Amino acid sequence: MLKSEGLTYQYNSGPSLTFPDISCERGEHWLLLGQSGSGKTTLLNLLAGLRTPKSGKVQVGDTVVNKLSASKLDQFRGQHIGIIFQQSHFVRALTVEENLALAQKLAGMKVDYQKVESLLERLNLGHKLKSKTRDLSVGEQQRVAIARALVNEPIVILADEPTSALDDVNTAHVIQLLKEQASAADATLMIVTHDNRLKVQFEKQIQL
Amino acid sequence: MNLLKLSWKNLTNKPLSMALSLVLFALGIGLISLLMLLEKQLQENFEKNLAGIDLVVGAKGSPLQLILNSMYHIDAPTGNISIKEIKPFLNPKHPLIQEAVPMAMGDSYRGYRIVGTDQNILSWYDAKIAEGKVWEKNFEVTIGAGIAEDLGLKLGDQFRSSHGFVEDENLEHADADAFKVVGILEPSGSVMDQLILTTVQSFWLVHEHEEGDHAGHNHAVVPKPLIEEDETKEITSILIKFKGRNYQALNMQRSINENTDMQAATPAIEINRLFSLMNTGEQALRILAIVITFVSGLSIFISLFSSLKDRKYELALMRTMGAGPSKLFFLIILEGLLLAIMGYVIGIILSHGGMNFVAGAMKDAYRYSFSAWEFLRQEWYLLFGALAIGFLAAILPAWQASRTDIAETLTEGA
Repeated sequence: MLKSEGLTYQYNSGPSLTFPDISCERGEHWLLLGQSGSGKTTLLNLLAGLRTPKSGKVQVGDTVVNKLSASKLDQFRGQHIGIIFQQSHFVRALTVEENLALAQKLAGMKVDYQKVESLLERLNLGHKLKSKTRDLSVGEQQRVAIARALVNEPIVILADEPTSALDDVNTAHVIQLLKEQASAADATLMIVTHDNRLKVQFEKQIQL
Repeated sequence: MNLLKLSWKNLTNKPLSMALSLVLFALGIGLISLLMLLEKQLQENFEKNLAGIDLVVGAKGSPLQLILNSMYHIDAPTGNISIKEIKPFLNPKHPLIQEAVPMAMGDSYRGYRIVGTDQNILSWYDAKIAEGKVWEKNFEVTIGAGIAEDLGLKLGDQFRSSHGFVEDENLEHADADAFKVVGILEPSGSVMDQLILTTVQSFWLVHEHEEGDHAGHNHAVVPKPLIEEDETKEITSILIKFKGRNYQALNMQRSINENTDMQAATPAIEINRLFSLMNTGEQALRILAIVITFVSGLSIFISLFSSLKDRKYELALMRTMGAGPSKLFFLIILEGLLLAIMGYVIGIILSHGGMNFVAGAMKDAYRYSFSAWEFLRQEWYLLFGALAIGFLAAILPAWQASRTDIAETLTEGA
């Protein structure tokens, strides 16, 4: 589950941002809506432990994320929070398979190539195992990014504008994929977006 | 997928920029190592052949040339000296001289120098007979191990000498008697390996034939001691060991130089002079090598630093996947160290390959043997130096990488 209480954040000299409390149970799929500049990416960063809140707390599972030490937080994030960024970035020197193995390794998990392979099969990327990520199409890259977010079986999956660059068909496809995979892993899915096309597909929504 | 493998893949992902740093680094390391090898082996070769010789007496000319020719068998002879002039040195009752060995030079066989001398020279260089015996009669030769191996000469083989030190059929002493191999020396690592030793008188006989004094008699006899020979006959030089290095002995050198038509030179002094001459050139090369190494360190630094800019997203990404700042720090340090190690290995291969080339050239030109695959302890120090450069070049980029801010990097412009 994913919870936040009384979260505020302040950029260096900007005004203080206040965020609504969030409470998502395990396995639920949520949409976090807001216009550009509404602070939704900041909220995602706070939830992922990428930024430290000025006040309040973020809880993932039984752990209060913003109370962890820096190195504990890095490891906790790697193991329990899967993040999909708006643009897919990879370690370019590595193949698809190695990128996923690296995600396992860096999170302090056992490197399990069989698991990597079956996960990629499930996302129709079995044939791209040994490809360099730069040789993939944008759609394929996004699926690899999803696979990477899932590889450590996280409790929470956070996706930042996963559909902003996609047409309607692909948008539907990606959202379906995210929902399926989150359900399969019994993870809480939180999609941050300004894309109104997604509204109809989610019952649970938070508006910033 | 450990850090080492990852840094290796990062390097090989950009082969061109890696190659540039690597080539520079290898050149610097290779040059330094080659200089160390050359200096060490030159000194070893020169010092081994000092053989406790205190004084060399020969015709007037350059003292360095006299030493190089008489002891190291490179360079040409300075001229000749007569038996009359050197008779005092050959006298076994001389108060200062322990032992003196005559040297008659100027002929060769297929590039290897023939030296007319007496048998005492063997003990000076600790040379021992491996096969056959020591030369006794005229036209008997005992040859060094290196020659036997190189020319495939065996006991009983015969050959004619040529005038001068270059291999040229036209210069062969065709009318003279042939030399006969009666002994082969064990390898001693000294000049003895590269010489053909015979009696002084053989030399005279070869050249008398040239002057048409051919009597058809048998020359293969044991010659008289040199001291009883005709005083007008000539040799090239004489090597002298003193009973002790005292004032009188030092004086003897000066009095030869001042009072006779000969010159006397001290090997240790001349060799030191030679080294100090070479040192100037070596110093310049060493500075060049250090500059190249420094520039290569700079090139590693620049290529790592500019790669950070390309890789800021993936570094931030690695942080979100659980890599702490220290992991990113070590990742970049490892890349620097890997480059340094590879550059070092290539450099060492280059320097020993170069040494192999030098050894071949030295052998052809001077009949000196250098070993290309001998490794020095200094080369280990050089490895530590290389690692230090790799580390220093990587430390700033690594620190920069460890400070990667995830949120700022991954969500900027999003």
